Parts: sequence; structure tokens; C-alpha cells
Amino acid sequence: MNQPVVISTANIGGPMEGQGLLGKHFDIVMEDNIKNFDSWEQCESYMLEQVITRAIEKISGSVENLEFILAGDLLNQLMSTHFAMRTLARPFLGLYGACSTMIESMMIGGMMIDGGFADVLAGAASSHHDAAERQYRFPTELGVQRPPVAQWTVTGAGAAILASKGNGPKLTYATVGKIVDMGIKDPNVLGPAMAPAAVDTLVTHFGDTGRTPQYYDMIFTGDLGDIGKEIVIKLCAEKGFDLSNNYEDCGCMIYKEDQDAHAGASGCASSAVVFCGYIYQKLCEKNYSKILLVGTGSLHSPTSYQQNESIPCIAHALAIEV
Amino acid sequence: MHKKQAEEKVKKQYQDKVDKIMPKPPILKNLLWAFFVGGIICVIGQLIQDYFISIEISKKDAAACTSVVMVFLGAFLTGIGVYDEIGKRAGAGSVVPITGFANSIVACAMEFKREGFVFGIGAKMFVIAGPVIVYGLVAAFVVGIIHWFRIFY
Repeated sequence: MNQPVVISTANIGGPMEGQGLLGKHFDIVMEDNIKNFDSWEQCESYMLEQVITRAIEKISGSVENLEFILAGDLLNQLMSTHFAMRTLARPFLGLYGACSTMIESMMIGGMMIDGGFADVLAGAASSHHDAAERQYRFPTELGVQRPPVAQWTVTGAGAAILASKGNGPKLTYATVGKIVDMGIKDPNVLGPAMAPAAVDTLVTHFGDTGRTPQYYDMIFTGDLGDIGKEIVIKLCAEKGFDLSNNYEDCGCMIYKEDQDAHAGASGCASSAVVFCGYIYQKLCEKNYSKILLVGTGSLHSPTSYQQNESIPCIAHALAIEV
Repeated sequence: MHKKQAEEKVKKQYQDKVDKIMPKPPILKNLLWAFFVGGIICVIGQLIQDYFISIEISKKDAAACTSVVMVFLGAFLTGIGVYDEIGKRAGAGSVVPITGFANSIVACAMEFKREGFVFGIGAKMFVIAGPVIVYGLVAAFVVGIIHWFRIFY
């Protein structure tokens, strides 16, 4: 048994993320959202390349040391990821878990290391506000009013290097979620759509391990936003788990109130930039010794909601302990 | 069958619960914004029309010229990235006037120009405005038929 260790992380954010609450916890903050590239998608590929390279260089390695890269993003056919991987040219497995992709990549990466199939690999995820807007909603320059429940897709990426040995927090337990769909159809209401999936995974995790929420210093969900977070606390209380003291949502940690993000952050990069920056630093500084990271993803597509389907959601939980 | 019904019931209960805690949009604030921004756009249009009439353009031609100028302004403000900032606050106040129509076309053209002139700009320019044109024509047709019946019967 090789307990997977998170030996390094790196993250990148756009200008809005850099000015947000976690501004000083970014390795790289871009000056603008497109960085002289021809498209948002190219900029997203660049971000993904940067974080993977930066994460491995932090521990004086090079990309050639990575035995596998597991990564994904929000776009059709994982466009940004595939072009980033063309540049990095390492053995690659593409993942789609919508906004849960970062956790999914670390979970599967952890299994590969634990099973002895790899010694060093990278898990990564990215999202880009404008690329996501144009695919899922409207062209970026269209003058539309967003409802208060809408969340803001994070422009950013995060990468975590997992290894079979080394210093750093360890992945100790993973709970793979199942799809939960409570019939919410409005693609602006993603937090409340995903909250039941997060609760289902949390309850399963506590049931499987016999742990209580108090076992962890902090429990983080990926991108439920203000309203989703409130629902998770309520639903968990109904199931007998008290999350009121040690639970936070990554989507509520990125933007300031006056940044007009409405109900908070969303996107693959929401959990990716918060884990690969703030949370990882807190773990290394031993401010936290046990955390539970729950990646939440809403697995709808523009076609599915136009065909009036409801939003299928998923959540995966990963326990990380120092 | 019972299981399915029970599931539907649980879903319905959850949706009701969500509806209760969902933040309501600030309706009064939105209405005021829409009223004033929409009003200002119309006042600008009126001023332009008055100007055209003052330089002795016929009233009918002045209306057409005004539309051209307003479409240009909407397109220009979209191009320099201002119109979406206005639309974010004004909502329908900036969507309903003809400047909003210009915005919906130019925003699509800008966004999809990366896919080229044919399948990008050409095909996707009317993604948002297309339905407006289609159903506008259908409505005009229906009204036209009613008008026709009224003349003959």
C-alpha cells in the first residue's frame, strides 16, 4: 500500500480572482482574461499548462517526471485540456466531472498510486469564465441581467502533484458519489441543484467511515455558492450531522461581495484554485490537519437544458490528512 | 409506480424548499434602472430624430435615419465593451430599444468571429436576434391577415 501524498500544488487566476479574497494565495495572477491569445479556449489551455509545469517545478522536477496527467475542464470534448496536453506531451487521461473534476483527478490519481501503477502524477482542472459563458449561456458582450442566484465561473486552473512518497498531506479516504437529480431545471440555479448530491456523498462518507463532521478540522465543498451552502447545512442537520461550525464552500471564498459575482464562484477552477492555493498552504502550515474536500459537479449541457431535462449532479469526497 | 410517485414528491418538496430560500431579485431597483436607462435611450433617439427633422428631412425618413444612428450607437458601445455593463443593471431597459437588438447581433458576431466568416460570424450572428426576427415576421403576418379580413368583411 502506497499512501498517496500531495507533494506540490500550483494555481493560477484571472484578474478578478487576483483581486478577490484569496488574491495572495495565487501562484500566478493574469493581467487580463485572454493574454494576447486568439481565443478564451487558448488562454485556458495556457493556464492548465502553466499550473502543471509550475507545480512540478516547485519541487525541482520537470514535466518529464510526470508518469501520468489526469485533467479536465468544462468545455465540449475537453478542448482546453486536450490542447494543453498536446504541448505537455505526457501520458494523459481526460476526465469530465464538470466542477468536480479536480477532486475526481486527485481521487483517481490517488488510486493509481495506491495500486502501484505510478509514482508521480499530476491531477489538474481548469475553467475560464468567458469560454464557459459562450458555451453554456450567452456571448460575453451580450447585455443580460443575471439573477441573484447565478454564480460566476472562475477563470483559473489548479494542479496537484501526487506521489507515492514525499512530504505533504496524504489522501486517506475517498468516497465516490452517485448522480443525484432533484429535478431542478434552471441552469442558473446550480448551487441548489448540486447541494443534494453533496449531502448524499457526505452522508455516505460518514456512514462508511463511522466518522462525524467533527472528525475534520474543516469540510469544504466545491462550488455550491451561498445558497447551496445554506441548503447543505440544513439538509445535513435534518440527517443528524452538524456542519455549522467547520464547513465552508470554496465558491464562497473567492470573490468579494462588491465584485458582482452574485451567489459565489463556480466552475472546475473554483475547488481547484482554492485547494491548490489556500487549503494546501493551510495543510502544509499545519493549520488544518484533517480536511474533507467534496467536489461538486452539475453534469448538464446546453443541449440537455434546452431539451428541458433536469440537472444531474454529482459529488465526490476526498479526505486529506497531514 | 408508488416508488416513482414518492420520488416525485420528494423532488417537489425539495424544489419548494429551494424556492423559499432563493434570493428574490430586487424588483424595484431593477424597474427603476430599466425605466431610466430605457428612458434615456429613447430621449437620445428623440433628440436625434428632432435634429434630422430640423435639417428638413421628412418625418418618415428621419425615423429611418434615427434607427440607423441608434443601431450604430448600440453596436459601437458593444464593440468597446460598454453595452454589457449597461445591460447588467438595466435589464430590459437596454434590451427592448433598438440598441439592444444591435447589441444582440454584434455580441454574437464578436464572440463567434473566431470560428471564421462563414460558420462563425455568418452562421451565428443571429443566434439571439434570429428568434426575434422569426416571431416578429410571424406576428406581422397574423396581424396582416386580421387586417385583410377587416377590410373585406
